[in-house]
Amino acid sequence: MLWRTVERLRPPGLGRTRLWRSPLRGPWLTSIFGAVLLATLPIVIVTGLLDYIAYGPQFGQAFPAHVGWLRLPFFDWPTRPSWLFQLTQGLHVGLGLVLIPLVLAKLWSVVPRLFAWPPARSLAQVLERLSLLAVVGGILFELATGVLNIQYDYVFGFDFYTAHYFGAWVFIGGITVHVVVKFPHLVAGLRSRSLRAELRTPLADTHPEPSHPDDPDSLVAVHPAPPSMSRRGLLGLVGGGALFVGLLTAGQTVGGPLRSIAILLPRGRSYGGGPSDFQVNRTSAAAAITDALVGPAWRLNLTGGTAPVSLDAAALAALPTHTAELPLACVEGWSVTQRWTGVRLRDLAALAGVPAPASARVRSVEPAGAFNAAALTGAQVLHPDALLATHVNGAPLSRDHGFPARVIIPAVPGVHCTKWVGAIEFRSAA
Amino acid sequence: MTLRHGTVTRRATVTRWRAFYGDHPLHLVALLCCGALAGYAALGVLVNPVWPRMLLWFAAAIVAHDVVAFPLYAAADRALCLLRPGPGVNYLRVPLLGTGLTFLLFFPGIIRQGAVSYLVATGLTQQPYLARWLLLCASMFATSLLVYAVRTGIRRAGRRPTTPPARPCPRECSAAAG
Repeated sequence: MLWRTVERLRPPGLGRTRLWRSPLRGPWLTSIFGAVLLATLPIVIVTGLLDYIAYGPQFGQAFPAHVGWLRLPFFDWPTRPSWLFQLTQGLHVGLGLVLIPLVLAKLWSVVPRLFAWPPARSLAQVLERLSLLAVVGGILFELATGVLNIQYDYVFGFDFYTAHYFGAWVFIGGITVHVVVKFPHLVAGLRSRSLRAELRTPLADTHPEPSHPDDPDSLVAVHPAPPSMSRRGLLGLVGGGALFVGLLTAGQTVGGPLRSIAILLPRGRSYGGGPSDFQVNRTSAAAAITDALVGPAWRLNLTGGTAPVSLDAAALAALPTHTAELPLACVEGWSVTQRWTGVRLRDLAALAGVPAPASARVRSVEPAGAFNAAALTGAQVLHPDALLATHVNGAPLSRDHGFPARVIIPAVPGVHCTKWVGAIEFRSAA
Repeated sequence: MTLRHGTVTRRATVTRWRAFYGDHPLHLVALLCCGALAGYAALGVLVNPVWPRMLLWFAAAIVAHDVVAFPLYAAADRALCLLRPGPGVNYLRVPLLGTGLTFLLFFPGIIRQGAVSYLVATGLTQQPYLARWLLLCASMFATSLLVYAVRTGIRRAGRRPTTPPARPCPRECSAAAG
């Protein structure tokens, strides 16, 4: 009764009106977009949640700090393979960007439902439509905050980590019920036409998907215009858009000659050649690193053993060195692989008198800053390639890259590869 | 006997429930579970003093897409189709979509928004992006024009000997959008 009354009170323009003219919209097309997103979005979600673990929540250094049950089970982030964080975060950011054309196409394909009338014909539909707020709002919020954050545009004015993390869980809640409810429709939609046949159908033979003119829920236009694009053309357009974004993005993670193709991203740029020509994250000027802090007075203080050990630059240089090719990978999705040379962290731990530390805390001489200290697990410290690097590509570190010494460890997020290191505390118990 | 009776009663209950609710009881269970998860997540930001701003951005994202961006791009596409009816519109549509997509993704660098934090993070300025983006867009339109010219040339060359002049495109044009 109530629903029929609502149905009769249709405002002009709403409902399955003649305004909707696309000859391509229909359940099959929506199901194709939905199926691709269903296969790919979980990768973006899981890699995002893995990166939270990579930040070391057991040390309280993952953001946001308090997430209740909204997290994967804690585990020690592995140090092998060394490109693990490069892979997870590269996938999270790269795939997230690549999926934007698909998300927009999916939303376009179902947008008549937004303006449908009546908006609901049962309590079930009312609740379902409410859940769509979490789906549509969630994905748009996540994409918008992510896109802004990787370009250092903090116009949103709130803490990115908090918003992006909890926003993700709102989306996960919404998308889960959306998939549960819509999965039978997706299967039926996919079965309604043959993808292979569609890929062979030219524009001249492109006709609207079948639908009953009286079905108010149909995505198919009642009076479709003649097509100006075949279905395969539209799929090609959306897929091509995704590939195009991939091409403009991949270089910031993969590096090499591809980096220069990432022409519109912050991490596709060159730093002018030479051994220090790789991405700087937070300049020494921004970190207020002065000559006094890293000049002759600089000392490396090792604590945790029976007596503190203090090394000056010459004493550090006298220790045996090791060289390793390791990626520096950022949560913003970009990474650079370089040849680092320095003293093994495990040698420094032994020197400090803690040969088998359970954890370590590295402190920068940077006076203030969210990442001027980082905790490391025992496995991260003891890895044979875990270094306190003093050189990169055969040359001393530049000041922007952490002179006189920086940490570099396999698979550890870039911000925990502390620069301008001044002290390391090795702890026997975590 | 009792078993069948039980099944019948259960069915009747489900039928009555469906009449009231509009779907299977499990539909409600699924919605409530996921709604609880989303609600619990939303509560997580409440400890952050700027949560109203986050909520605003969440709502604004929906409005910006559904009520602003969609009608605008649909209207633009309709106008484009009136201007150039038939499939030829795609030679404009595709580079325009490329222009829109790259701007949407990379506008902070293009319009130099967040210049200070960009400098702090990278030690560089956003100076090159506008020119790069304009060049990229220009090359998309140029490529489209080239493909159009080549295809038209091939078609004309193929038609010249036998077929009469091509009929003009039908007046009505389809909007892929809208």
